[in-house]
Amino acid sequence: MYAFLTGPMLWVALLVFFGGLAARVVWYVRGLSWQLDRVAYGPHLAHGLKGGIHSALKWMLPFGTQSWREQPYFAVAFFLFHIGAVLVPLFLAGHNIILAERFGFSLPVLPMGIADALTVAAIIGLVMIALRRIALTEVRILTTAYDWFILAVSAAPFVTGFVARLHVGNYDAWLLAHIITGELLLIVAPFTKLSHIVLFFMSRGQLGMDYAIKRGGYSRGAAFPW
Amino acid sequence: MPEGTFCNRRPVNTEEDLKSLLGDKGGAQYYKEMAELEVDVEALKATLQKTLQSRTKTWLEICAHCGMCADSCFLYRVNDRDPKQVPAYKIQSTLGEIVRKKGEVDTAFMMRTMEVAWSQCTCCNRCGMYCPHGIDMGVMFSYLRGLLFSQGFVPWELKIGSGMHRVYGAQMDVTTEDWVETCEWMAEEQQEEWPGLEIPVDKEDADTMYVLNAREPKHYPEDLAEAAILFHLAGENWTVPSEGWEQTSLTMFAGDWAGCKMQVERVYAAVDKLRPKRVVGTECGHAHRATVIEGPYWAGLPSGQTPVPFLHYVEWVSEALTTGKLKIDPEKRIKEPVTLQDSCNYVRNHGLAKHTRIIMSYIAEDFHEMAPNREHNYCCGGGGGFNGIGRYRHQRNVALKTKRDQILATGCKLVVAPCHNCWDAIRDLEEEYEIGIRWSFLKPLLISMVIVPEHLKPQEEDE
Ligand code: HEM
Ligand code: SF4
Ligand code: SF4
Ligand code: SF4
Repeated sequence: MYAFLTGPMLWVALLVFFGGLAARVVWYVRGLSWQLDRVAYGPHLAHGLKGGIHSALKWMLPFGTQSWREQPYFAVAFFLFHIGAVLVPLFLAGHNIILAERFGFSLPVLPMGIADALTVAAIIGLVMIALRRIALTEVRILTTAYDWFILAVSAAPFVTGFVARLHVGNYDAWLLAHIITGELLLIVAPFTKLSHIVLFFMSRGQLGMDYAIKRGGYSRGAAFPW
Repeated sequence: MPEGTFCNRRPVNTEEDLKSLLGDKGGAQYYKEMAELEVDVEALKATLQKTLQSRTKTWLEICAHCGMCADSCFLYRVNDRDPKQVPAYKIQSTLGEIVRKKGEVDTAFMMRTMEVAWSQCTCCNRCGMYCPHGIDMGVMFSYLRGLLFSQGFVPWELKIGSGMHRVYGAQMDVTTEDWVETCEWMAEEQQEEWPGLEIPVDKEDADTMYVLNAREPKHYPEDLAEAAILFHLAGENWTVPSEGWEQTSLTMFAGDWAGCKMQVERVYAAVDKLRPKRVVGTECGHAHRATVIEGPYWAGLPSGQTPVPFLHYVEWVSEALTTGKLKIDPEKRIKEPVTLQDSCNYVRNHGLAKHTRIIMSYIAEDFHEMAPNREHNYCCGGGGGFNGIGRYRHQRNVALKTKRDQILATGCKLVVAPCHNCWDAIRDLEEEYEIGIRWSFLKPLLISMVIVPEHLKPQEEDE
């Protein structure tokens, strides 16, 4: 079971994840239309990209935008979760051992203590996000079962992985649960709003280009005051 | 499948239809017919198929349902934080629903959607600045308005507005003759005080062509006279076209994209014909949006740029002041505390905030910013057609409270509002809430303080 899940199944999950997300990017870019979007992407590409990149970077910086600054609780929750969600899976020592074994290469690894801290932070972030969903009427009205499903799918690998790491209860069972939920996350990502892992950059980039090319970028400069 | 005589899927294209629609006071009959108007599902499907592409699909799909956009929307804030006013909710429950149902929606749904599209969003685009994914609900609402218009679900006044542009090439029934006469009349009237002042119509190869808002010749011709005086004082070599002088676009508020194209092409045709070096538009926000920002796309220009440089009035004024073409008498600057309305259409959506600041630095001694301001400013409360729709008057009046409170917080009694819609909204908020303020376009303020060069002063009559 373990061998299958970290062998062929891992292959499948990674292929679906990377292939699927790549397809979403290609589909997104091909679906842009200067006439329907009313943004002349082509003739102003360089200037536009400056605005697009600025738009994505500003929003990835904690408290980098007016919106993040006005909503500090959510900003903290968001960054606690996302920093861990992006860094830990990529740079965890355990993951890189498997990478090296199966694919013959590995990435730099995080010291164990930092990986633990990031994981705990991610879980705290998720709990904060969940609480906010319940507490605030303006979020409740938007919330559907689908949102809870996405939160659960995102939380599961971190929670199970962390329990396994702490060696409480049945280590093998928790490890198995971790691998299954991790692969589930990889597989559903391209087909759900988790596709924002790449589409965030597309959508943010597009709006940044929109402002840079058409909505004042030649008067105020490519960087919009987000 | 019944279509009404007034309320139907056909835009108004003839003077006769326009007059009879106008005759239906307040749209009483029109809205009755709308309640019976069937949705042409096939057509709606086909339009979605053709026009709903990756940008909008992705926006609808990846929305995190996080509600970060809630507080960014002035309509949410001003309506006691009603969760039904959260931008993401408004768009998901309307456009989102149409997309999920692949166009299989009914009349009652479309009427509700019309109400959301025109009374719960002014297309001010502020929410897009506050969404972490960069989801611009204002852009989507504008798209939704297009779908609604094509199905006949559009407020009565905007069906008329679109018809006006289609029939008269202007948002009001101002014909070419009316317009040219107004120019002659205004020039004559001013000549005594301003010898040599002209309003040159259809002069070829001028430096500057001036375009404006039909309300000016129709209801405030003195605004045209003021523009002429300021051009005269600045020594501008200018002209107005006899056709293609109307810069506004109620077709844009209505979602009548074919009408938008017709409207803007009239202006561009005047540019082609008269070959001015550049064009200056009047103090109007949405007119600038329609001819300068969106216009090139409606006209199918792949550069996304107007055929020649196109300035908003505030750009022209800021240039005239910095180059010294217009000089301000320091004694006559505004002494009292004064604030400034940032129009979403040319500030958030065209980056002109610095120009109005330059102007204020020349004309005002005690300028106070509203908070928030510049790109982050709130809509005046009457944008996107909201000001003009009788059916939503109550909602519009509630919406004005945002600007009322912003103005009150500055402590100023005078508001500079270089945008027709904003100007109207501020006038209406004074009428509704009586907070004791005055409001003004730039032109009358400038005329009251500009230094008149010796050679342009009226000659002393030596008898
Ligand atoms: C570089 C990669 C990523 C970026 C730039 C990114 C960005 C974002 C943004 C902008 C949001 C919307 C903020 C919000 O309103 O919640 C969001 C939400 C979310 N992201 Fe990511 N994300 C990334 C990776 C991930 C990953 C790897 C996961 C899962 C493991 C994830 C899970 C989530 C979840 C669950 C939410 C929804 C939170 C809620 O319920 O409000 N993201 N992300
Ligand atoms: S802020 Fe953006 S992602 Fe969040 S609910 Fe609003 S539109 Fe959706
Ligand atoms: S565009 Fe403006 S009015 Fe419309 S939902 Fe967004 S913030 Fe509100
Ligand atoms: S009327 Fe003025 S403030 Fe209101 S939406 Fe239009 S430009 Fe913005």
